[in-house]
Amino acid sequence: MTAETIPLSQAPAKEEDPRDHLLFDPRPREEMNNMVMEAMTSTSKSFWIVVGILAVLVAVLLFGAWGYMIYKGMGVAGIRRPTYWGMFIANFVFWIGISHSGTFVSAILRVFKAEFRRPLTRSAELMTAFGLAAAGLYPLIHLGRVWVAYWMIPYPNARLLWPNFRSPLTWDLIAITTYLLSSLMYVYLPLIPDVAMTRDHTRGWRYKLYRLMALGWRGTETEWHRLRTAIQIFAFAIIPVMFSVHTIVSWDFAVTKTPGWHSTIFGPFFIAGAIYSGVAAVTMILFLLRSTMVHMKYFIREEHFDALGKLVLVFSFAWSYFYFTEYLLAWYGGDLSDQYVWYALTRGPYAWLWYTMLTFNIVIPWLTLWNRKVRRTPWLMFAIGLVINLGMYIERYLIVPAMISRNRFPFTWDDYYPRIELVISVGSLCLFMLLYVLATRLIPLIPVWEVQEGQMAHTMRRIGKTEVPSVSEVE
Amino acid sequence: MTEKPKWGLVIDMDRCNGCTACITACSMENNVPYVGEADAGYGRSMPWIRIERYWEGEYPDLIVRFMPIMCQQCGVAPCEPVCPVYATVHSEAEQVNLQIYNRCVGTRYCGNNCPYIVRQFNWFDYAQDMPEPLNWQFNPDVTVRRRGVMEKCTFCIQRIRRAEEQASAQGIALKDGDFEPACAQACPSDAIIFGLLSDPDSQVSHLARNARSQRLLLEELGTEPRVIYLKSERGSRR
Repeated sequence: MTAETIPLSQAPAKEEDPRDHLLFDPRPREEMNNMVMEAMTSTSKSFWIVVGILAVLVAVLLFGAWGYMIYKGMGVAGIRRPTYWGMFIANFVFWIGISHSGTFVSAILRVFKAEFRRPLTRSAELMTAFGLAAAGLYPLIHLGRVWVAYWMIPYPNARLLWPNFRSPLTWDLIAITTYLLSSLMYVYLPLIPDVAMTRDHTRGWRYKLYRLMALGWRGTETEWHRLRTAIQIFAFAIIPVMFSVHTIVSWDFAVTKTPGWHSTIFGPFFIAGAIYSGVAAVTMILFLLRSTMVHMKYFIREEHFDALGKLVLVFSFAWSYFYFTEYLLAWYGGDLSDQYVWYALTRGPYAWLWYTMLTFNIVIPWLTLWNRKVRRTPWLMFAIGLVINLGMYIERYLIVPAMISRNRFPFTWDDYYPRIELVISVGSLCLFMLLYVLATRLIPLIPVWEVQEGQMAHTMRRIGKTEVPSVSEVE
Repeated sequence: MTEKPKWGLVIDMDRCNGCTACITACSMENNVPYVGEADAGYGRSMPWIRIERYWEGEYPDLIVRFMPIMCQQCGVAPCEPVCPVYATVHSEAEQVNLQIYNRCVGTRYCGNNCPYIVRQFNWFDYAQDMPEPLNWQFNPDVTVRRRGVMEKCTFCIQRIRRAEEQASAQGIALKDGDFEPACAQACPSDAIIFGLLSDPDSQVSHLARNARSQRLLLEELGTEPRVIYLKSERGSRR
């Protein structure tokens, strides 16, 4: 049978049924509320085992090792002249990058009205908050004298001395504080109607907590109007804050005279890399939530992995473009000090890391993510997200310690090998996971009202004999 | 003599024989601790001067050049703007770049931004852990640093200060040759010469006008260093 002879009624099934989409698959409001409540309140024995193990690891690997380092001196770390910054700063850049996912997925997709964002905004925003918690520790961990870290804060003091506002580290402090506070507020605003919902469904300590958090939300028209206005303002305002934060983090490197670091492209390059690793990390988190929490398969579907996969691919292109521009031109320029760095990366002691990074960040995503089937397989997306985040971690590692191990005086060159940094890095990963795991049971992870709002706007309308999906403007 | 004296070093690479007496003298004068074999092997020795060795040719036709490198006391120092707490500052009076140890919080950013890689970090409490009679050698004029702070060559600021005070007590102006930093004092072959660059008649100014006065290190970076290198003509003369 040839294609022309197939009657319309027997045409092959459409690529997808609109009802596969969360927003075209509505459930009654109360049922959905209960699903989110159940996901939040059900804890199995293995949940508490995981929490216990993570708590012990955080106490020992992060705070124990850090305390030991404070007691003994920075020398227990692997850094040495000329590599004065090592894995701690690489971790700092990595976690700041992770924290960009929340703002990107939530604010930028909200501003552009990408409807697929609805069920996953909060899980991304939480990544921002906890990513910043992990990142914010590192400028403290890496200080030689952390007990006087408050000297970097501008406050009237007996020393009659302000911090040096010409220093990028002071800019960092201000930018990160701004970003942390504004992203916490940005997590909190869309949370209000949801904690009001949980307040109405709970009793005991949870009721007291949620009553406090809901700020007396009743759901009147005025309240909704104000909430929408506030969210809209924040969504727009937080985007420049996000851009400024990672630009300033990149300026820690770019404003120096150090070969390999001194570059005009570092701002956008770091932002592309941050969003790249951040969105990849969102897919990983979504997979973990989906496979460990009840009812999550209803809210987080293949379509979301599909959409995020496309974003990851686009940012992989963007990141690769910046990387190419940055290092190809340094190589072509032939400046000797840049050549030293280039040789160290391509055929020196860091070559195996460099080629691994290119494989993880370019080859694997480009070969897989164009495929719709791959993008719609959650465990594969988890694996690709993991590979990308490993690759992006290596990228930060190469930028921070590897590049400063080469300079204009070959006599002083020394390679960098981490020591206690490895332990503390694992500890901070555990801290991130612990905070996230605890948060999944404390606040509703799915913004129920946003999903319900989307489902009201998305309906199937009959036009003639067929049903077509239709979307009405909500806001 | 201008109002602000501009101190400088001239290093004659033809005369330097790599004996490292300057490193020893500097460490004694400035309480630079010995870090022990293991840490020194790991690249954590912290002398304020290093002597770079350059080998040309094959043995026995070998030309060896030595190049002592210390803080270049940049006029526009890259280490200064990056410090968040003003621990590395320019001294207005002496026109040298100084490290204020008790302001330092240990970000080590200055160490990364120094193009000459001459800034050192106290990885451990080396000076505190120095065994008994060795701690008697500490110079009382210089701070004994504890762990977690950066340090570097100060052109022996304590000697500059003492000479200034003596001069002002006698009511006379400080002149070239009143004092020397430890490295210049110890150098047996007079490869390191210290003096007033702002005084056109001083020995360093004469040497700076020498035909071999080749260049300032990494002058192209615009750091305006105060250390002038006289190039080595050994080998090229043959």
